[in-house]
Amino acid sequence: MAFTKPHIVFDNVTLGYERHPAVHHLDAVLAPGTLTAVVGPNGAGKSTLLKGIIGTLRPLEGRIALKGIARDQIAYLPQQAEMDRSFPVSVFDMVAMGLWRHIGPFRGLSRQYEDRVHEAMAAVGLTGFEHRAVGSLSGGQMQRALFARLLLQDAPIILLDEPFNAIDTRTASDLLALIKRWHGEERTVVAVLHDLDQVREHFTDTLLLARELVAAGPTAEVMTADNLFRARQLCEAFDEQAAICARATGGWRLR
Amino acid sequence: MLDGLFGPFIEFGFMRRALVGCLALSVGATPVGVFLMLRRMSLTGDAMAHAILPGAAIGYLVAGLSLGAMTVGGIIAGLTVALLSGFVTRATILREDASLAAFYLVSLALGVLIVSTRGSNVDLLHVLFGTVLALDNAALYLMAGIATVTLGALALLFRPLVMECLDPAFLRSVSRTSSLAHYAFLTLAVLNLVGGFHALGTLMAVGIMILPAAAARFWAREIFGLLVAAVLIAVLSSVAGLLLSYYYNLPSGPAIILTAGIFYGLSLIVGREGSLLAHYWPGRHLEA
Repeated sequence: MAFTKPHIVFDNVTLGYERHPAVHHLDAVLAPGTLTAVVGPNGAGKSTLLKGIIGTLRPLEGRIALKGIARDQIAYLPQQAEMDRSFPVSVFDMVAMGLWRHIGPFRGLSRQYEDRVHEAMAAVGLTGFEHRAVGSLSGGQMQRALFARLLLQDAPIILLDEPFNAIDTRTASDLLALIKRWHGEERTVVAVLHDLDQVREHFTDTLLLARELVAAGPTAEVMTADNLFRARQLCEAFDEQAAICARATGGWRLR
Repeated sequence: MLDGLFGPFIEFGFMRRALVGCLALSVGATPVGVFLMLRRMSLTGDAMAHAILPGAAIGYLVAGLSLGAMTVGGIIAGLTVALLSGFVTRATILREDASLAAFYLVSLALGVLIVSTRGSNVDLLHVLFGTVLALDNAALYLMAGIATVTLGALALLFRPLVMECLDPAFLRSVSRTSSLAHYAFLTLAVLNLVGGFHALGTLMAVGIMILPAAAARFWAREIFGLLVAAVLIAVLSSVAGLLLSYYYNLPSGPAIILTAGIFYGLSLIVGREGSLLAHYWPGRHLEA
């Protein structure tokens, strides 16, 4: 192929809040077509990492390079969708917004696109919910609807932040099947997860994070007892009096 | 009966002008109010309305009761406070409600101070509560113009605005229209508040935006129906309020807003969606 497949390179990336790092000096590559789990203890910087990729959080240091892909082509499902569930809109309309790249701010939904929305809703098992208000969905149904929207986004890179939190096993396994379908379509999928058995069973690659990178690579090589133990040790508490990092350069946000 | 409804508008020019002005507000400002409500910015609207006062007052100071000067002053002041409070919210620890409250309290005090150093109490009342029965041609053109611009802009921005309310993180991830939509919307809100202030005054202008929107929320399940219902309620309140003020010799601005308040109260009690009635008397439950 003439151009590289989309991938993401972390070059000495530090991400954090109020100068305290949540992800510290990360060097890693998210290779194209991998199904990567991001694993680590609470506070290890997993969600922060995804926010850095999607650009809502700017690195305190280093660079996150998106190769062969624009930021708005990456699909992202945040942990607790910032969704206003009381907003008066139907499930169909919410899901249809996954077609944004095709319809933009102005174009109407053609017949063909309407069919695609119905297909996506069928794929997540929400047929019949089209005219329900989003506020009437249960947590699991909402997650299904959000996955339908992701389906329509048709993105080469998909970021999922704890997609199976607080949903039943049936829904989780349905959604996992979708994730594996994406993997089969050679999309790059990155998911923050807590269920280590699930990671071992289904994910090709793992990035083990404990603020510092503990290990990254094929899941079997990363998920060793030794690495997991080190991850737990590394994740010390947020230190109010922390000194300036010896590896830090610069100090201004405005560049 | 018909004569009672139409008579005052047929007989008196000032009633017709008042009606035209209020209809322009109902069509333009009320949809903006719906979005203010859905974005949980009802109080932001109130704060911006107060913030308009010192701008209008400086315009008044420079040029007397001149429509142009007070309008331009009001728009500048309203936008300044909206942008500054947004900036303070993003760059400091203060939440939006607190920073808005701080800005609008200062501007309200400043505005009252400026008007009263130069003008009479009558002028102050004019600015605070409007003069819907004394709208001149220029004011009507301004209000109709603002309504036209607003409807056009809302039509263009409709999808980004809805998405910004529904799921802002998602809109930001697929498109850069997010901040454009936000600032365009703030501008529309200020424009409509300034238009509304000529008729209803800075303190009441928000009423015709928020009350019909809040009342309509109890009747509609989807955003489009919500907009239509809100505009209808605003139109009804304008007509009924003007007639009440005519027959019972009441001040018109408060009469209109109170009528809208009555619609709100009724909707709150018997509305179809999530009203008190639905809460306390939901009916017998269904099979599935």
